[in-house]
Amino acid sequence: MLRVQDLEVTYGDFQVLWGVSLEVHPGEVVCLLGPNGAGKSTIINAVSGLVRPLAGRVEFCGERIDGLPTHEIVTRGVSHVLERRRVFPYLTVEKNLLLGGYQDRARPRREESLAWVFSLFPILRERRHQLAQSLSGGEQQMLAIGRGLMSRPKFLMIDEPFLGLSPLVVTEILKIITQIHAAGVSVLFIEQNVQLALGISHRGYVLESGRMVVSGAAKEVLESDLVRKVYLGI
Amino acid sequence: MATGGVAAPAARRRLAGVLLLLLCLAALAFPWVDRLPYHRDLVIRVFLYAMLAQAWNILAGYCGQISLGHAVFFGTGAYASSVLQMRWGWNPWVGLGAGIPVAVALSMAIGYPCFRLRGHYFAIATIAIGEIIQTLAINWDFIGGARGLTLPFQKDSLLAFQFHTSKYPYYYIVLALLILCLLVSWRIERTRLGYYFRAIREDPEAAQSVGIPITRYKLIAMAVSAAFVSAGGSFYAQYVLYLDPDSVLPLSLSILICLLAVVGGVGTLWGPLVGAALLIPLSEFTRIQFGGTGRAVDLLIYGALLTLVAVFQPAGLVGLLGRRGRP
Repeated sequence: MLRVQDLEVTYGDFQVLWGVSLEVHPGEVVCLLGPNGAGKSTIINAVSGLVRPLAGRVEFCGERIDGLPTHEIVTRGVSHVLERRRVFPYLTVEKNLLLGGYQDRARPRREESLAWVFSLFPILRERRHQLAQSLSGGEQQMLAIGRGLMSRPKFLMIDEPFLGLSPLVVTEILKIITQIHAAGVSVLFIEQNVQLALGISHRGYVLESGRMVVSGAAKEVLESDLVRKVYLGI
Repeated sequence: MATGGVAAPAARRRLAGVLLLLLCLAALAFPWVDRLPYHRDLVIRVFLYAMLAQAWNILAGYCGQISLGHAVFFGTGAYASSVLQMRWGWNPWVGLGAGIPVAVALSMAIGYPCFRLRGHYFAIATIAIGEIIQTLAINWDFIGGARGLTLPFQKDSLLAFQFHTSKYPYYYIVLALLILCLLVSWRIERTRLGYYFRAIREDPEAAQSVGIPITRYKLIAMAVSAAFVSAGGSFYAQYVLYLDPDSVLPLSLSILICLLAVVGGVGTLWGPLVGAALLIPLSEFTRIQFGGTGRAVDLLIYGALLTLVAVFQPAGLVGLLGRRGRP
């Protein structure tokens, strides 16, 4: 489904990614792990076209998408939920959601998509007429994910879905990710908590200083020496 | 979104409808009630500036791209209709129509490179472009240079866009322009376009991530905005029958347009009109009261008012009407 090959990204003179490769197959949940500043967000920003790579290629469903503008990548079925939620604070919950579903492919199904998102996140239905800024952090994260689903993606990328959330909300969002996956959407998400992330993933990647250091099935990654030593302190 | 059958919003909407109707009637009836030429001129200018500020608001208020160079489009409209008329004998209405695509094209040429700049940097770039265009106009003899253009007097007629025995046609023309601009803004507020604009204003990157081609929509906002300001410029030229770079292209005009909207309420439908209805008569009043002391007093009052608004009512004066100013 998604194939990233030898991706190199620089911000000015500073190179962030050094030949990173990554794959997500249809029907998979994959997590991208690594410390702050490793370049995790940069990878998915490059996939969604928010950042232009210096070299390498990004393919989605067999077609090359690097170099395309973001809105065309979204139209092809890739959705990107940005880090720190980034909802539109002065628009209502409903408008935030509808904004996710306006582009050509998703537009005819907007009402249906809205109903689907409300079924995943019943709290958003309750709060549909409230301004997004009045939501709690967890609700805003749900809104951000819901907005990302409104484009009816085949593939959803979520940047740190659990950032700053209470354990209770984390459990809820974990459940939602499994539900989204069950609905036939492949998921790639970024997380720092290794055990939590690998618990719901089929496969995982560990990135360090712009290089992919470990990759494999969730269990392999969890049992790899590096992850055990560095992340779990075992 | 009116889904609930709650009584209060419905009643409020009805009240708003009645108020709106009264406002329209008052605007239509004004020339029959008050025949003072001075008041007529004042109201014409309130309407003109309200229209300009509302047009600015489409780009800056809804879409969040603060332009301090809107005089460029005003000047484009004014010069287009006047130059076409004086050099080639074009009808001023056709000139007004011809000015609009020129202003839109110019706005695209300015917007395309400048929309790469974020926030303040965009505003600064528009100031610079405004200054460049004014300097060009001053040195371009074909359009009158620094001397400006004096439009030849013609017999009163709608076709000639000149009215001397009774100036009230000007009043109705500018009122129509204002209403058209408000209607367009009202439509924009309620459609996908308006939500796209607001998404871009609130978080450009998030807007991009949900699939909005942000540069394209910024350009659309700029084009709509420039079109109205250009029409306002053509109107001004026909109304005053004299224009020079100092009257239609100055930075102070760009800033005034922005101030009216800011004081009234940025990103709201009525803000710019409220701002113009307050500040234009105020500057007139201070000029009369303190005329001998120089022009600075009205600016002092502007400054004080702006500070007060910024401190106590950042959403603008319409924010005082209970509802939050931001849509």
